[in-house]
Amino acid sequence: MRRALALAALAAVPLAVLGVFFVLPVLGMVSEGFWTDGRFDPAAVLEVLGRPRVHRVVWFTVWSASAGTALSLLLGVPAAHLLHRRRFPGRRVLRAVLLVPFVLPTVVVGVAFRELIGEAGPLGFLGLDGSAAAIVAGLVFFNVAVVIRAVGAAWESLDPRPAEAAAALGASPAHVFRTVTLPMLRPAIMSAASVVFLFCATAFGVVLTLGGLRYSSVETEIYLLTTNLLDLQAAAALSIVQLVAITSLLVVTSRLRAVPDPTLARSTARPPRVSRADWPGLLATGLVVVLVGLPVAALVAGSLQVGDGYGLANYRALDTVGSRSALLVPVTDALVTSLRTAVDATWMSLSLGLLVAVVVTRRSRSRTERRARGLLDGLFMLPLGVSAVTLGFGFLITLDRPPVDFRDSLLLVPIAQALVALPLVVRTLAPVLGGVDDRQRQAAASLGAGPLRAFLTVDLPAMWKPLLAAAGFAFAVSLGEFGATSFLAREDHPTLPIVIYHLIGHPGAMNYGMALAASVVLAGTTALVMLLVERLRVPSVGSF
Amino acid sequence: MRRIWAVAPALLVSGSLALAGCSTIGEDGGGSDGASSPDRVVLVTHDSFSLPKPLQRKFEEQSGYDLVVRGSGDAGILTNKLVLTKDDPLGDVAFGVDNTFASRALDAGVFAPYDASLPAGADQYRLAGDDDHELTPIDNASVCVNVDDTWFASHDLAPPKTLDDLADPRYRDLFVTPGAATSSPGMAFLLTTVAAYGEDGWQDYWSRLMANGTRLVDGWSQAYEVDFTQGGGKGDRPIVLSYDSSPAFTVADGTSTTSALLDTCFRQVEYAGVLAGAANPQGAEALVDFLLTPEVQAALPDSMYVFPVDASVPLPKEWASFAKQPTDPYAVDPADISAHRDEWLREWSDVTSR
Repeated sequence: MRRALALAALAAVPLAVLGVFFVLPVLGMVSEGFWTDGRFDPAAVLEVLGRPRVHRVVWFTVWSASAGTALSLLLGVPAAHLLHRRRFPGRRVLRAVLLVPFVLPTVVVGVAFRELIGEAGPLGFLGLDGSAAAIVAGLVFFNVAVVIRAVGAAWESLDPRPAEAAAALGASPAHVFRTVTLPMLRPAIMSAASVVFLFCATAFGVVLTLGGLRYSSVETEIYLLTTNLLDLQAAAALSIVQLVAITSLLVVTSRLRAVPDPTLARSTARPPRVSRADWPGLLATGLVVVLVGLPVAALVAGSLQVGDGYGLANYRALDTVGSRSALLVPVTDALVTSLRTAVDATWMSLSLGLLVAVVVTRRSRSRTERRARGLLDGLFMLPLGVSAVTLGFGFLITLDRPPVDFRDSLLLVPIAQALVALPLVVRTLAPVLGGVDDRQRQAAASLGAGPLRAFLTVDLPAMWKPLLAAAGFAFAVSLGEFGATSFLAREDHPTLPIVIYHLIGHPGAMNYGMALAASVVLAGTTALVMLLVERLRVPSVGSF
Repeated sequence: MRRIWAVAPALLVSGSLALAGCSTIGEDGGGSDGASSPDRVVLVTHDSFSLPKPLQRKFEEQSGYDLVVRGSGDAGILTNKLVLTKDDPLGDVAFGVDNTFASRALDAGVFAPYDASLPAGADQYRLAGDDDHELTPIDNASVCVNVDDTWFASHDLAPPKTLDDLADPRYRDLFVTPGAATSSPGMAFLLTTVAAYGEDGWQDYWSRLMANGTRLVDGWSQAYEVDFTQGGGKGDRPIVLSYDSSPAFTVADGTSTTSALLDTCFRQVEYAGVLAGAANPQGAEALVDFLLTPEVQAALPDSMYVFPVDASVPLPKEWASFAKQPTDPYAVDPADISAHRDEWLREWSDVTSR
């Protein structure tokens, strides 16, 4: 009984936050669709599910997200091996740079991609523009780094001796990988795959921009139905499809993840140098570098273009409000707003994430307790899978009266961003906490330490570095967040991605150049934050 | 044990960072007490709203109210927000609902009547069917097909002039436009074709357009900045859907390299209106009047890329020389747009993805 109470007490704060800022708004928006003219009318919503267009949209979402996830794994797993299990100069910088796409605004990435693969671009001969292949490439561009970090972190701490033993007994490298390494990596691969699938299935800008409007996903459809047509019944139907699909995905992956955590057997062996046998890793890393590097290079080149020559004018203009005062605040002010918002989002998601991680990793004594903890774990992943516009409109219609009148509050933006970063924070902290031997806590308790003291002396020393690392991750997510932020940010306090969007949406060569320059600054800031995180060298950063 | 104390500095640092203003907490000031305040005016608008700070201050001095601006999303999102929150409005006054979404807001009863006195020439922009004067026209901009004159000169080809020309094989693979479902100018272009070819004829025109190699993209930035030959990315399409004001932004050596085809235009008018149930209706009316003053009207081209409704205010130099407005743009009755938007978009998606 006391355990149940303690569990409830620890979970109370994160649950309350999730309830107010996620469950309430989403329910509010979905119920708008179910109640027409004050009458409960579920039949109309169900009718929507029968439309052929909805079937097409759901089918496209499933296969494009599956293809994006599969390809991210195919490239990411070998690259993770090279970048985390082999030693070569510059690998830390490379790992930090590969995370940059994660925070770039899609509108800018769309421009960079299409300048490359458009008919006039250097890769135009491939005929990729407006194709499903381009969408999948875009999805991989954004998500391959997630696989590299998640799987790499797990791989880094794998004990190499079983694989070495198998090799000494005559197994071929492929055989060793299949029978020894892969089973040990499976939990990490599965959780990376589930997060990447969620990101792919809810991708918005990539589908529209790179697909040339020929494709719609559940996410783009909800956006169109909500913002343009105000067809809330259809939007509610699709939101429910989203929620059901995500919940079942989480159930499946939590089953597949449920194996002893490989990070328990930590290895501190210095990784060997790159050898010829590493060709799969070299090949995959090369492809990833090309895939990520080309659009980023196009972006940098574009930002340096001034008239017909090159120069830094676009960067110098960043502390102005644009050539015709197109902005309310200079880009530099927006950067400051972004950084300050990120500080708030970081401490919010860290405090919540820490509580959630503690709750979900404590050893369960009964099956019900384990179920409850597993349920909580999944619950906090949900914000990744629900459309930002559903959440944004939901905020407006539900958080409008005391005690929760937040519509005007500056804190709404960091709170929304914290919810987005929360799953990543939990996935960074939980493996470390789960890896702490429970007997140490019991020993502390038997020596007279209270639960808080035991946490401070046993858990905290093991996790202060992961905490800082999760902080870096949350910081970067907040810097790049656009969907929810664009809905909630106040006109006089725009964040950097919002200003970039504003600049690129209006005519004038200077606006275009400034938008690209501002994106490079955003990318640079992110890479810097990630590099600092790398300096901490925590094995589980990004280990979902 | 010792390592715990290693955390303390980190906590201290982050705590003092927050205190030193590296956080947004404490910034809220007067902003957290909702809309119900008689000494301030809350303006609800879209993310393209941008009025220079000195003008905002001027309004505050003249009216005695504090101005709070809440802007996000596009005109469609703004309209839907207003509709969804009409029982508990987000503010006192709204700016940015345009003639393609206005009927939806009027039907939902979002606005309260206010008959502002319009400046010279603004009467023609009034919304058809708005008999109670709930909406006041503030600015307008026409969505027109633009051409790159330098490209056509160097290719010895006469630039197109009409909508029919765009489907002419001579201009094959030269046109790029944002789609109607994802872009506000894209929707305006669909309405142009509905007005030009009739409710039963536009589908056939779009089939011909697509058969002639028209490229569809998701938004204006993609079409203009990436695909258009005069955009930032130096694309390969010399015909693009943009605005009548766009030629003012491609001026080089005293002449514009692009021009708008004035026979292909649809006019978008943006309105302001007092919200029904506003906490400060007097303040809201004062703001509507303020938006019609010559100073604000004159600032519109530079800050929001639109033409003023006041015919007497001077335009910026490039605009006066190169941004020509259509005299007789295409128009569709706002009530028709509201009634058929869903159906037209569905048919349009079918025709263009065939």
